[in-house]
Amino acid sequence: MSAGYLSLTDADREEMLAAIGVSSVDELYEQVPEGVRFTRELDVPPALPEAALVRHLEELAARNVHGGVELSFLGAGIYDHYVPAVVDVLLSRGEFLTAYTPYQPEMSQGVLQAIFEYQTAICELTGMDVSNASGYDGCTVAADACFVAKHASDRSKVVLAETLNPQVRQVVKTYARGFGLEVVEVAHDGGTTDPDRLAAAANDAAAVIFQQPNFLGCLEPAPELARAAAEAGARPVVHVDLVSLGLLEAPGAYGCAMAIGEGQSVGCPPLYGGPHYGFFAAKDEFVRRMPGRIVGETVDTGGERGFVLTLQTREQHIRREKATSNITTNQTLLALAGLVTLAWLGPQGLREVGETCTALAGYAKEQLGLPLAFDRPTFKEFAVRLPLPARDVIREARARGVHPGYPVGRDYPGMDDVLLVALTEKRTPADIDRLAEVLHEVCG
Amino acid sequence: MDLIFEKSRPGRRAGRVPDYGLPVPEVPAELRRATPPRLPEVAESEIVRHFTALADRTFGIDTGFYPLGSCTMKHNPRVDERVARLPGFRDLHPLQEDDGAQGALEIEWRLQQILAEIAGLPAVTLQPAAGSQGELTGLMLVRAYFDDRGEGDRRDTVVTADTAHGTNPASVTMAGYKLEKVETDARGNLDLADLRAKVDGRTAALMLTNPSTLGLFDEGIEEVARIFHDAGALLYYDGANLNAVVGRSRPGDMGFDIVHFNLHKTFSQPHGGGGPGAGPVAVRADIEPFLPSPQVVRDGGRFRLDHERPKSIGRVRGYSGPFGVFVRSYAFILAYGPALREMSDAAVLNANYVLARLKDVYELPYDRLCMHEFVLSARNLKRDYGITALDVAKRLMDYGIHPPTIYFPLVVPEALMIEPTETEPKERLDAFVDAMRRIAEEAAESPELLREAPHRRPVRRLDEVRAAKQLVVRYLFDDSVGAAPESARADSSARANP
Repeated sequence: MSAGYLSLTDADREEMLAAIGVSSVDELYEQVPEGVRFTRELDVPPALPEAALVRHLEELAARNVHGGVELSFLGAGIYDHYVPAVVDVLLSRGEFLTAYTPYQPEMSQGVLQAIFEYQTAICELTGMDVSNASGYDGCTVAADACFVAKHASDRSKVVLAETLNPQVRQVVKTYARGFGLEVVEVAHDGGTTDPDRLAAAANDAAAVIFQQPNFLGCLEPAPELARAAAEAGARPVVHVDLVSLGLLEAPGAYGCAMAIGEGQSVGCPPLYGGPHYGFFAAKDEFVRRMPGRIVGETVDTGGERGFVLTLQTREQHIRREKATSNITTNQTLLALAGLVTLAWLGPQGLREVGETCTALAGYAKEQLGLPLAFDRPTFKEFAVRLPLPARDVIREARARGVHPGYPVGRDYPGMDDVLLVALTEKRTPADIDRLAEVLHEVCG
Repeated sequence: MDLIFEKSRPGRRAGRVPDYGLPVPEVPAELRRATPPRLPEVAESEIVRHFTALADRTFGIDTGFYPLGSCTMKHNPRVDERVARLPGFRDLHPLQEDDGAQGALEIEWRLQQILAEIAGLPAVTLQPAAGSQGELTGLMLVRAYFDDRGEGDRRDTVVTADTAHGTNPASVTMAGYKLEKVETDARGNLDLADLRAKVDGRTAALMLTNPSTLGLFDEGIEEVARIFHDAGALLYYDGANLNAVVGRSRPGDMGFDIVHFNLHKTFSQPHGGGGPGAGPVAVRADIEPFLPSPQVVRDGGRFRLDHERPKSIGRVRGYSGPFGVFVRSYAFILAYGPALREMSDAAVLNANYVLARLKDVYELPYDRLCMHEFVLSARNLKRDYGITALDVAKRLMDYGIHPPTIYFPLVVPEALMIEPTETEPKERLDAFVDAMRRIAEEAAESPELLREAPHRRPVRRLDEVRAAKQLVVRYLFDDSVGAAPESARADSSARANP
């Protein structure tokens, strides 16, 4: 009897060993020097048959307080937007699920066309000329953008707005050492970035990265920031929420060189942080410096349209140490989730999601009756000041079945009383009334 | 077939969005979108049909045999998909307080323990998003380790094998190290004489895949480890080929100090047409302080994310890693338990069986028993009939089989890198062998059949050179004709590097 998912019978094994000309599998392992052979049994938990395995994981899942059991207004980079039923159904197709990277295009026209369509959708939303097939997440694509900008400019400084997601900034800093980058941060001014302050920091910088809407929920003066960066000779890079791009201007239209971000809000459930997809789009001049896979259109020998991985001379398997990135595995399946969701919404639906979220956020600001932390226009998320430390309020509210949001003081010193509240189209006015009621109780 | 954008009709739609009748605050005019994005306007029925048709034009493991060398295309158990979609995981926000994420943290902690046991190294980070990010993380750990010892400036070189995956040298560059390459000897092991000449006080680390991309276990691994450790350098294990040795040999016992896993290879996260994956990294005890932040720890019966890690290299990805991959791999491992070793045993048996039945028709550059994969050369077919590895690969498609990896590793001309994996039954292996033998005959009898292959796919052979020269990387809507961007025009620089 075989373990796990194996399918050889004892008779198969005998026949195969005979064909090889050995008497046992142990003999196949004789090339492993005796000193490094592992001879005891692995000390891992005992095997579980499928039914017991499901029960075990159900028990673990039940120990999590998820969006189905707690009314949550937590966002801060990961948002509980509606994922259409068609996404899960189509992503469960075994051909999409169990294919590898489409190295052999004739075997993979479906997934290649899907990536081409995804690239088109990302370019349309961002106003860029080229998109890759996805990056790991919204953090690593920012590091990618720095690498691209450095090599496009021979400048080694990058400027990050402090209103850029703290985790994104942390990842850029981790990568900076190996890239030979100096990272400079620009403090916010009342919740948004001041273009003059940004311009001063951007002098001699390869790139400037800011976020729209920013981490604090505010709408940045994005066109002014892009202009300030460009005038200082730095490449303006915007970290943007795809959901906002039905309402907000495309970054390509206001002078950004690259548009990057976390795609989770379009097509992916929160899933405790992933897998999701990072997107990376840029203007034409960066096409040869792009990291990751890119699908291009071509024809077959009969003249029919087809799709292939293209510009592979940028990539590690061809260019090795001179590659534009070491990336190989990306997030294709999740990017496909994004594409299906965007097709399901269409331009009108995407706009409506934005409108509903902004409307709910407007309603929540009124109902909560708490002072706003920043006097700036917002999109689906906003920050309020609490009379008590946010962490205490969160604890008390959660005891009442409501997660009111993110404690901004976790990342921004001196803002322990600031709470970031996120709305998606899945919340209702009644949910907001409940939040208001709980915060009123907790804050007294 | 048409693109979804070509199926679009103005005014058509699928999804309906809740409207609560609330007033919509105005977006400031200077930030407002001027032109709506041209997303497809299609009904849900056509979305389902479109992507179903695309799935039909895609070949996965579910479709058939997929011996893509180095990619470990094993069966993806469906129970893993079921458990990854449990609402307690799916709808859990990554910034949930630790007391509301105990189940998720426990899975991460347990997976860390299991991977530590398999690697033979005590500490594990789950954060890296893929194998290549695991490599980069590993090299950042190397740097942090030497910086901490005051040797950071002196040790500026990382050694890789000439058989290494392209990710190794690319990661070396991204980590800011210089690259030194070591040759393979006549038996397919690292050339120890070449190695000794290239390791000195400037060496920070070796990056090695073992078994190598030739599918051969390095018989001199103990001496290799000694050479590096004697020079004060570290050994990094690229876990791409770990599927060969789980429960048979542990990288930590081989002398490696840092190891990455590809959960999407060895532990069955479906590859999804290119991703997702996960690249956890295991390290020896004195490198643990440098692991990325946060780290999952257990305090008594509770689990939490530890952010207080003063020596950490920092964060390499958002949150604590690609959690859905962890659920699947944890479930996969529990389906075997301690019998995981049988998984590797079957992978190695399957590979050797196929090798034994093919080595008389294709050239075998290193005549040894293999591990979980092996590399043949179609050089004989090229010499005798002008048939290349590419032709063999394309013809295999007509037999309903996904081609192996070709032209890699670079040290073997006309390489065909074949990895059957452990989940294939003998009949599938036999059908593959029969197809490969028949193709070798066809090379002699009717070479045109191979050169024009594939004949039974939705498209014929595709022109990859044209794709790079006349770059079209997004749909050019009708109205953009005449305003084609640079990327849509003829490209000359690609010609130099086809």
